[in-house]
This record gives sequence, structure tokens and C-alpha cells, in this order.
Amino acid sequence: MQEYILKTSDLSVGYNGNTLIHDINISVKRGQVLTLIGPNGSGKSTILKTLTKYLKTVAGTVYVDDKTLDDTSNRELSKKVSVVLTQRLKTEMMSCRDVVATGRYPHTGRLGLLRPEDKKIVDDTMEQVHITELRDKDFSKISDGQRQRVLLARAICQQPQIIVLDEPTSFLDIRYKIELLGTMRRLAQEKNIAVIMSLHELDMAERVSDYVMCVKGDVISHFGTAEEIFGSDIITGLYDLKGGSYNHLFGCIEMQKTEGDPQVFVLCGGGSGTHTFRSLQKKRVPFAAGVLQENDIDWFVAKELAAEIVSVPPYSAVTENALQSAMELIKKCTKLIVCTEDFGPANAACKELISFAEKLGKEIEKQN
Amino acid sequence: MDNFEAKRRSRAAIVLILLFAAMAVLVVMNACIGSYSVPLADVVRLVKQGIAEGLESTDTMFSVLWKIRIPRLLADLILGGALGLAGFLLQTFFGNPIAGPYVLGISSGAKLTVALCMVFLMPKIGILSSGITIIAAFAGALLSMGFVLVISQKVNTASMLIVSGVMVGYICSAITDFIITFASDANIVNLHNWSKGSFSGISWSNIKVMAIVVIATSLVTFFMSKPISAYQLGESYAQNMGVNIRAFRFMLVLLSSLLAATVTAFAGPISFVGMAVPHIIKKALGTAKPILVIPGCFLGGAIFCLGCDLIARTAFAPTELSISSVTALFGAPIVISIMIQRRREG
Repeated sequence: MQEYILKTSDLSVGYNGNTLIHDINISVKRGQVLTLIGPNGSGKSTILKTLTKYLKTVAGTVYVDDKTLDDTSNRELSKKVSVVLTQRLKTEMMSCRDVVATGRYPHTGRLGLLRPEDKKIVDDTMEQVHITELRDKDFSKISDGQRQRVLLARAICQQPQIIVLDEPTSFLDIRYKIELLGTMRRLAQEKNIAVIMSLHELDMAERVSDYVMCVKGDVISHFGTAEEIFGSDIITGLYDLKGGSYNHLFGCIEMQKTEGDPQVFVLCGGGSGTHTFRSLQKKRVPFAAGVLQENDIDWFVAKELAAEIVSVPPYSAVTENALQSAMELIKKCTKLIVCTEDFGPANAACKELISFAEKLGKEIEKQN
Repeated sequence: MDNFEAKRRSRAAIVLILLFAAMAVLVVMNACIGSYSVPLADVVRLVKQGIAEGLESTDTMFSVLWKIRIPRLLADLILGGALGLAGFLLQTFFGNPIAGPYVLGISSGAKLTVALCMVFLMPKIGILSSGITIIAAFAGALLSMGFVLVISQKVNTASMLIVSGVMVGYICSAITDFIITFASDANIVNLHNWSKGSFSGISWSNIKVMAIVVIATSLVTFFMSKPISAYQLGESYAQNMGVNIRAFRFMLVLLSSLLAATVTAFAGPISFVGMAVPHIIKKALGTAKPILVIPGCFLGGAIFCLGCDLIARTAFAPTELSISSVTALFGAPIVISIMIQRRREG
């Protein structure tokens, strides 16, 4: 029983013998999902094309099923690895079922005629990917999202041990993205297939992958479990994020904070301020936020977006000190935005801030 | 539930049967019609006689039928089929809907080398055998195919491919014209007829050679319908399905050049058949599946040439039109309408 279905050892990939990325050492087991992430043009496709033998390895070795790629014939490989490519597929008078049926190619005889069992596999796969209603439609006349699912069905119906997908979510809207990635997970778990793909959506990559490989420059900058990669600041470094930041806890991005003396004080907590922060950021208004406990959802976002934050340690009550600094800030601001009026024992003191601002004649806006 | 599939299958079957019937009708018409008319009843009688007693007879009607009409209609059938197939292979190879042996300069390349042999080799060895002519034509076809391939790798757009093919064709034709200028008078008559494309003057020994080459090539092509179907999805998908792309492309070049060369060797360059037939066939069959389109293209090409040659012979009899003028007259509007339709469909 072999452990890894795909393994590379000191693999270098590139075009025409020129190395683009070197020292790639990765391994995937059956039933696992491996995702390649990295900036545009970092060579994710080049790696995938090399793993599928479309490009020659520049150096090093790829093992599929314990056999090197060089020792595996195209025919043999076609029964082990199937692909979904980014390039648009142009077909001529082919129904979606015809396209899916091409996946049976490695399993059919000399003339490529479909046997009854092949037809059953084709129909079952189409049902599994929810495209039965597309069966008889012309492939060139359906939407991009539908096409992607047809191509996925095609790859599944090849009955491979590994499916390689190059940016499968590119043309899909959010609903189909979620559905597609759900199918990936199911494939991995139920059919024990290894899935290797490249993705742009980091939030989705975290949720669907077992292992993540970060491609940057001419090396694999990181390779590890999804938790390892996304549970730290690797992403900000990987993409050289300057005009914003990536919040690894929420799996989302925030734009660059507006620096300067705060003009608005946002009184918030428990997530009530997040949308206000973002709309202030869009208008490029520097703002202060408070008083937040350092484990409040609003605190994580304010950290990325607010020019000033008044905070207290996690689970602690608002202190006199914190209240003083908040008042100092409100004095300098022209406006107080009140996002929450839920006051409990820990933040009861914040109520004072509203009357303080009223006394100073500051504009007060309630948003809740 | 499988209504759609069943409908599509019966449509393909009906179309193939109709094509076969149309071909049979045209074969009979080609045997009967001409400046010397042979009634249908006599055709049947003389064919029986010829098969039973051999081809030696002093009867005029018998000679017209067996020495002129039948070889010529067989040539129409075999070479027309070859053209249809060559067009399909080239369109698949280049992924270009208006590719064909004539427009890509392959026929002209073959014409050039055959003309060279006629002018420089024939005076030395007497008469050119069918075999030598085919080999010469094949060399010329491969040469211009190679040229077009080099250009297509440098500028990979559909229109540039056609432009470079047409240019290669012009260059080859120009050189052929130079050669004809230097040819002796006796050669010129031969060369002139042939270089404009004509099915006349085909002998039984010609038929034997072309039948062997074309039938063998067509069979190989038919048995390649599986990788061809994979290739229709593009090179990378085909490779993932287990097709050895280099070997496959090499075979396509070889087969299409051999088919185009055989046609040119016996009938000269013939335009538009290879270009138009695959489209009509795909439209009629309602599918692009090679396993159906390959026999369809052979039948379609045969029908196209049988029909056009009948017109070329009879329209202004006794003056015979060059076959290319007739095929162009019917083929060009078809190609234009296809291009407009494609543009409309996006």
C-alpha cells in the first residue's frame, strides 16, 4: 500500500529547460485536497502543467502512484490523472453530454465507442454535479459557470486517482464557487481522490484545502496544512500586501487604513462598528474607535482600519484611564458615531461618552 | 429518456444512407451522360459484358464506357473522397474552419514538384509512372506543408495561417509557370491541362494505384477517429486523455499530405472541395464526431467531384471546363455562407 499518490522530489519546473520555480517538494495522499496559492504569474499553472506531464520537468522527479512521470506513458497517466484547465474550450456541435463522455476516452476501445457501462457512468456523474438538465444543450451555448461544471464532470468521469484543476473558480459566481468547492471536498472524502488545484480566493482555499502550497518568486515559500498557512501572517507576506491587509481570522481583506488625526469617534463593540469602519475608510476619513476589549470582533477590524483605538484587555471592564483617553479623542473629533447602545457591566462607562459629546456640542449620529 | 441521442443517431444514419444513394445516382449519371450518350440499359448490359468478358472490344459504346467513362468516374469518386478527407484532417489539425489542401498551398506544392518531374525527368526516363508521380507530389505537398507549419508557429492566428498558405500557393504556381515556359512543346499540352485541374485522361493503371493509396490512407484515418475526437477538445485535453501529441500531429500531416498529393498527382490542384465538404457534412450529420464525419466526408467529397465533373464535361460540350472553375463556383459560396454563419453565432 503506497502512502502518497503524488510526490515530487527536488522538482524544478519551467519552459524550454529554463527554471521558473525550483526545489519543489510536496506530497499528496488520496482523499486530500492540496491548493496552490500565490500572486498572479507566480507559476502555479506551470507547476500544474508539469505535474500532468504537459510540460517536461526541468530537473527533479514527479512520482505518481510510486512511478516516475517519465516511466508512465500518456495512456497510463490518463487513467490516473484528469484535468480541468483554465483555457476556454471551443467545441463544435457537441452536447454537454458529449463533452462529459470524452472523459471515458482512456477506458474505451480502439474506436472510442461508449459501452453501456460508460454511458451509465457519464449519466451518473452528470447527476452528481447537478448538470443533468444540460445534457442535450450545445456546450458552446451555455454559461461559463455551467461550462466549468461540465468540465468538472468530464474530469470525474475519467475516474482518476488525482484531479488537477487550474483556477476552477475563475468564471463562477459565488454560489457556484461554493458548490464547486463542496463537490471537491466530497470527491476527496467519498471517492478517495486526491485534488490538486490553484485558487485565487484565499478564504475558500482555507476552507477547502487540507494542504496549502504558497508559490512565490522562484520557490515554494511555504507548504503546510491549511491551519498552519492561514493561522499566521504568511498571506500578507506572500502577496506583498501594501494597500491593505488580510485578516486571517475572518479570511477577508481590509483596505489600507486612513492615517491622520481622527475626525470621527466610533463608539462600538461586538461587530456593530465594522461596517461603519469600512464606509469611513472608503471616504478616507481618519477615525478613532473605542472602547473595545482586545478580543472584540470590532477590535480586530479596527486594528486594520482605525487611526486610533481605545482598548482594554480581553474580558475586562472599561477603566477610568481608557475613558479619559476616549474623551480626549472625542474633544478633537467633530462627530461621534454611536453604533451600539447595548451597555452591560463591562462597558457601562461608555454611556458617559455620549453625554460628554453632547455637552461639547459635537454632532452625534446613531447607527444601529 | 435517451430521446435526443436516438434522434441524433437516426439522423446520422439517414444522412449517410442519403449520401450513399446520391453517390450511386451520380455514378450512373456520369456513366450515361456525355457527348456520346450511353442509355442506362446499355450501361447495365455493357458493365456485365465487361466484367464477364474482359475489356477487349471494338464496340464504340463499350470503349467509351470502359476506357473513358468508368475510369473517370472512379477517379472522381476516389480523388473526391480523398479531398474531402484531406480537408477534414487539415481543419482538425489547424483548428481552422477554412483550412483545406488548396488554400494552404499544399496542392500547389505538389503541382510544382510534379511539373518539375514532367519537364526534367520525363525526357530522360520516357514516361512517368503513377508511383513516381505520387512520390513527387507527396514530396511537394510535405514541403509546402512544412513551410506553412513554420509560419503558423511564428504567427499563430487563423487568418495569418490562410494568408501564408495562399502565398505559398502563389509562389509554387509562379515557379510552375516558369518551368512550363521552358518545357518542350509536347509537354506543354499535357502540363497545361493538368496544372489547371482535370479528371480527363485517367487510365486503369492510374485507378489501381490511386485506389490502393487512397483506400489505405482513408482506413488509417478512420481508425484514428478516436484520437481525432480527443484532439477536437484541444491539445492539452487530448494529451491528458493519453494521446501522444507529437506522434498524432505527425500522422495528421502525413495522411493529409498523402491524400492531397495523390489527388494532385492525377488530377492537378482542385480547389474548394476540401474546404467546403467537411462543413456541409458536419451540418448535415448534426455532429462533429470523427467516426461519422470521416466516412461522411469521403462520400461528400466523392459526390461533390462527381457532380462538378459532370458539369465540367457537359455544360459547354465539346469544350471541357477545368474542374477547379466548377468546384469554385459551387464551393466558394458555401465557404462564404459558413463564415457569415459562424460570425453570427459568435
